[in-house]
Amino acid sequence: MTETSLVQAVNLALARAMQEDERVLVLGEDVGADGGVFRATDGLLRRFGQKRVFDTPLAEAAIAGLSIGLAAQGFRPVTEIQFTGFIYSTIDQLANHAARLRTRTRGRLTCPMVMRSPCGGGIRAIEHHSESPEAMFAHIPGLRVVIPSTPKRAYGLLLAAIRDPDPVVFFEPTRLYRASREELADDGVAVPLDRCFVEREGSDVTLVGWGGMVGEALSAAETLAASGISVEVIDVATLKPLDADTILASVRKTGRCVIAHEAPLTGGFGGEIAARIAEQALLSLLAPVVRVAGHDTVIPLPRLEQYYFPNARRIADAVNRAMAYG
Amino acid sequence: MGETVARFEIGYSRCLDSSGRAAGPLPDFALDPGTVTGLYRALVRTRTFDTKAIALQRTGRLGTYASSLGQEAVSVGVASAMRPEDVLLPSFREHGAQLLRGVTPLELLLYWGGDERGSAFSGPRQDFPISVPVGSHAPHAVGVALALKLRREARVAVCIFGDGATSKGDVAEALNISAVWRLPVVFIVSNNQWAISVPRRLQSAAETLAQKAIAAGLPGEQVDGNDVIAVRLAAAAAIERARRGDGPSLLEALTYRLGDHTTADDASRYRGDEEVTPHWQEEPILRLRKYLGESCRWTRKDEDHLLRETAAEIESASAAYLATAPQEPGLIFHYTYAALPLDLERQRDAMLAATELEPANPKATA
Repeated sequence: MTETSLVQAVNLALARAMQEDERVLVLGEDVGADGGVFRATDGLLRRFGQKRVFDTPLAEAAIAGLSIGLAAQGFRPVTEIQFTGFIYSTIDQLANHAARLRTRTRGRLTCPMVMRSPCGGGIRAIEHHSESPEAMFAHIPGLRVVIPSTPKRAYGLLLAAIRDPDPVVFFEPTRLYRASREELADDGVAVPLDRCFVEREGSDVTLVGWGGMVGEALSAAETLAASGISVEVIDVATLKPLDADTILASVRKTGRCVIAHEAPLTGGFGGEIAARIAEQALLSLLAPVVRVAGHDTVIPLPRLEQYYFPNARRIADAVNRAMAYG
Repeated sequence: MGETVARFEIGYSRCLDSSGRAAGPLPDFALDPGTVTGLYRALVRTRTFDTKAIALQRTGRLGTYASSLGQEAVSVGVASAMRPEDVLLPSFREHGAQLLRGVTPLELLLYWGGDERGSAFSGPRQDFPISVPVGSHAPHAVGVALALKLRREARVAVCIFGDGATSKGDVAEALNISAVWRLPVVFIVSNNQWAISVPRRLQSAAETLAQKAIAAGLPGEQVDGNDVIAVRLAAAAAIERARRGDGPSLLEALTYRLGDHTTADDASRYRGDEEVTPHWQEEPILRLRKYLGESCRWTRKDEDHLLRETAAEIESASAAYLATAPQEPGLIFHYTYAALPLDLERQRDAMLAATELEPANPKATA
């Protein structure tokens, strides 16, 4: 067991997957000698060589597209899209091809690829480097969309994603890359996909988040506990397919739900969760569902970003509003 | 004065002129009656299929269909130069290549008729399905070729797209990477002069589409795409070059779309008969028939026999298509993921309950 940051956990999972399965390839921009701009692929080229780790030309659509070709041929490509602001040109490849190759060939060709990309804000990055487009990908049938919230979960979920027989988009919150470390055994044990995780049990309100918002939610829960509010915190972890049952069970227990995400409010994945609750747990609700989200604006340059991204204070305010309702 | 640091030229080849006479020295296979009649048969079979598909669509029994009328020689010539173990990545108009590689007329009719089971086609098991989005399958060919190279297999990925596709970033990106990595892939531009209503001259200001390959660092040349002998010869050279490990290349086959873009299109809105009619003199089947008659002793009797045989095959496929039992609706869900997630299982069950159907057994009809 060693103290491991989230970016190191990603690196460990990649190395573990490459070691246990020679079909696993790592490719993307600057993933070779440079080890990735965040160092997520550091040392992989040296350890696994040029036939397993590829620096690609600067062409995101083709990186996604050639990964489809590799996957259809039986490889398990793990691609890195350097920043999530550059991932939009891959959506065509993912939506039109990767996500439907199994259907379009009635299972003859499949697409076991993982597209990793650092996501979200909170690190005072330049433009186009703080995006949270997870809902766009969650809207595409045939994809899995996964976002870890801790080093351990990043390690286990990434292993699961690489071993999964279908395409997975794996977002890594940049604010968490080096934010904290935790004891992590590099034991090759995966964390199951398609499951939400209850991070903290509580009885008054259910607080739902993913990625960089889980830590903020836990921090808010701690503050609220001091004023006597018992908050249950859920890490969604896999947005698509959604484990709605875990969220619904919690909401039926607490009667209140607050959802936090960095992405813009309108069309954000919080809307989907709120809809599920409205459809299946309406009569359990003691207060309307509250969403805490990025605004429907362009993400501001760093000096104003604190006003854009939800944080523990905004989340606690939302919980207080839910508690005060009626 | 500056100095010239790079020069390039684009070659063009043809074997038969439009009257079916040798335009120069012919390759050995063109002197083998068995090979030439095989190519002719594949062209006729493709057009017979095409004619039937359009007839079915016009009578409300097939969905929107993209005709390959006039450009069969590109499809057939390229596929005839491939080995079974090579991998074809076709665009949506390459029925000739698919048929030659073993996809059955019935499967094509099912697909274009909107039946999911047409997607479970026969033939080489690693061939890609047609790409309906234009040109976005070019990067897939790069990935397939990289896989073949990594495994040190003497196989080649062959990707066919149209003139419109060369305007797309996907194609530029794919050409670029294929050359950097020296991959065993051949790109075929089936230049039929029209991208729906936009003519070739409005698609690109480049004199040739082949030269786009030069810019990316791979060889590019043109061939007469209505001359199946020339297409096969040029495609075979490109494919064997890739197989030897000498890298990718691009072949621009010049042909002409004699029909509408699809059965949902009306080409008279943007081009007149005076534009189309002269191209009938250049079409590939007539040309090869003339050559067969003069060089391979192809008789009227041979011709009639072939027409009867292909018509019988296509009619039989059409009858089987029209008699195909309905699909099980639950199969909509079956191939979305390897295993059905709980969320989708519930959607399926809700749909089936609403339609009062039993859950589908994928083994029954897959």
